[in-house]
Amino acid sequence: MSFTTFLQQCMTGISLGGAYALIAIGYTMVYGVLRLINFAHGDIFMMAGYFMIFAMASFPWFVAIPIVLIATVLLGVVIERVAYRPLRNAPRMSAMISAIGVSYLLQNLATYLFTALPKGYPEIPVLKRIFQIGGISASLVTFLTPVLTLVLVYLLITLINHTKIGMAIRAVSRDYETAQLMGIKINRTITLVFVIGSLLAGVGSILYFTDRMTVFPFSGSLPGLKCFVAAVFGGIGSIPGAVIGGFVLGLGETALVAMGQSTFSDAFTFVLLIVILLFKPTGLFGEKATDKV
Amino acid sequence: MKTTNKNRTRNIILTALSFALVLGILAYLQGNRAQYSYAISILERSAIYAVVAVAMNLLNGFTGLFSLGQAGFMALGAYTVGILTIPVELRESVYYMNGISDVIKNLHAPFGAALIIAGLVAALVAALIGIPVLRLKSDYLAIATLGFAEIIRALIASPQLDRITNGSYGLNNIPKFPNIFYTFGIAALCILLIILVIHSSYGRAFKAIREDEIAAESMGINLFRHKELAFVISSFFTGVAGGMLAMFMQSIDSKTFQVSLTYDMLLIVVIGGIGSITGSVLGAFLVTAGREWLRFCDNPLTIGGVNIPLFRPGFRMVIFSILLMVVVLFYRKGLMGTNEFSWDGLFGLIKNIPGRFRRKRKGGAQ
Repeated sequence: MSFTTFLQQCMTGISLGGAYALIAIGYTMVYGVLRLINFAHGDIFMMAGYFMIFAMASFPWFVAIPIVLIATVLLGVVIERVAYRPLRNAPRMSAMISAIGVSYLLQNLATYLFTALPKGYPEIPVLKRIFQIGGISASLVTFLTPVLTLVLVYLLITLINHTKIGMAIRAVSRDYETAQLMGIKINRTITLVFVIGSLLAGVGSILYFTDRMTVFPFSGSLPGLKCFVAAVFGGIGSIPGAVIGGFVLGLGETALVAMGQSTFSDAFTFVLLIVILLFKPTGLFGEKATDKV
Repeated sequence: MKTTNKNRTRNIILTALSFALVLGILAYLQGNRAQYSYAISILERSAIYAVVAVAMNLLNGFTGLFSLGQAGFMALGAYTVGILTIPVELRESVYYMNGISDVIKNLHAPFGAALIIAGLVAALVAALIGIPVLRLKSDYLAIATLGFAEIIRALIASPQLDRITNGSYGLNNIPKFPNIFYTFGIAALCILLIILVIHSSYGRAFKAIREDEIAAESMGINLFRHKELAFVISSFFTGVAGGMLAMFMQSIDSKTFQVSLTYDMLLIVVIGGIGSITGSVLGAFLVTAGREWLRFCDNPLTIGGVNIPLFRPGFRMVIFSILLMVVVLFYRKGLMGTNEFSWDGLFGLIKNIPGRFRRKRKGGAQ
């Protein structure tokens, strides 16, 4: 493999990792506040893909993108409202089953509404323009994804660390009941977390599917699982961890594909999961939680 | 309600009668196999799913380990049975694309032995997987087992194992069960064995772990050993059921064992009631039959000349998933909760029905 091919592959990996990172943040934040694997997150991401197809059918891209983001956020908030809020005091297993149920419902709904056949993802001409830097040539989206990811993450971290709302989110994720006693409106804070998560999933979906070019009802399930693994890898609840996890996953997977082992590229994710759970169950930046008797 | 002596005799008679009834229906269906092939296939599938659901319940409901690896263990069992039972003379044609590995070329076992080996293979893999995975807590365990199921599937479909698993072509020509008594007999035997485990001292230890791990540990229960045991037993029966599924479907490929299969089993367990064996069995039959019954939703429906646009392919599954959500959100206990079916309970329910209505009417204003 020549050096340029190597760089080219790295670029692809970083770009994929950026999209993964954006989705992983949604998992890590929801897990942070609700202690719930939001199994439906990957399907929200898939639905965002379909929203884009329909939005682009009647609007130019700069109108379509905000519409898609708003629709995705609405979907996320509605899911939280309908499926997770009633179960907030239920055993964790119930909430998790509810999340699986939502994921199942969204997949079946998408199959019903849009058929199981892959649909072509609309092309945004600006994103598809080919750039050439040195020997590497790639479309704008490949270069844009990591940059956009880092910018969004920077903004998010600023929001969490330096604003009142961010403080509320941190308080809720640390201790839910005490936060409530301190006068923090829990429901509003959790809704906000879902807004942020879905928004990032929407952005991630545009970047991811522009590269993939087709959407089908199950196109969210595997990326969803992978991004959860990315979140676990980085330490669940930690945003920088999720980002690093996303990039590690994207690079590792691309490396396997480049080596001609594409059948194992999906398995790689889970091997990574098991390795990290064995050696550092809290992930790279996770905090150790102790059970009180 | 206390079971009096009179009631006990009544219960035994009722149990014997319903047993005879089930056997009679099965014998009738078997006798008119050609006529009722559709009903038979639904019943057989239900019985197989019941085994998986009960095995899953042993883990999720009785030991409190939320595992989502069922599809993977079923795949192991199914492929083991497939490899062992496909008639030797047909193997060349099954593996016509990749050729068959010399190791398994003449390996053959009757289906009874093959099913047990299938269970053992699944149990062995579960024992190995369990060592790292069972140290994890609830959601991590779920995602890790899900991950392992995906790894197993990826391995089965991988080109390196083409000469054993036939890669993406899958296996076919797997012999069928001779008649439905075998399917039902084996399923009933498996479920009975799981019930015996649950009622043993091990079963009580499992329940203690479910209620409170730390308390159980301080009572002298070795957490890891019991969790591993529950995981291995559950996987054994899941593997057997996977083998039965292979014999039922006759042709399998790695796509049969996707995550959605695990979700289907979860659906059955949840609808039946997490922690209830009879609930899981009931759930398996209801869900499988309901899914067939709802098939009319997939066909265009015209009522009085008006074509109802909702009814088209896929609608069935939408209804199904909404049903699941309704159960999860409003009837969290499922059909049976953690109770088991008993004649006393049934009669109590029937006796209570008029009373319930009265109470409801009275309480309606409050």
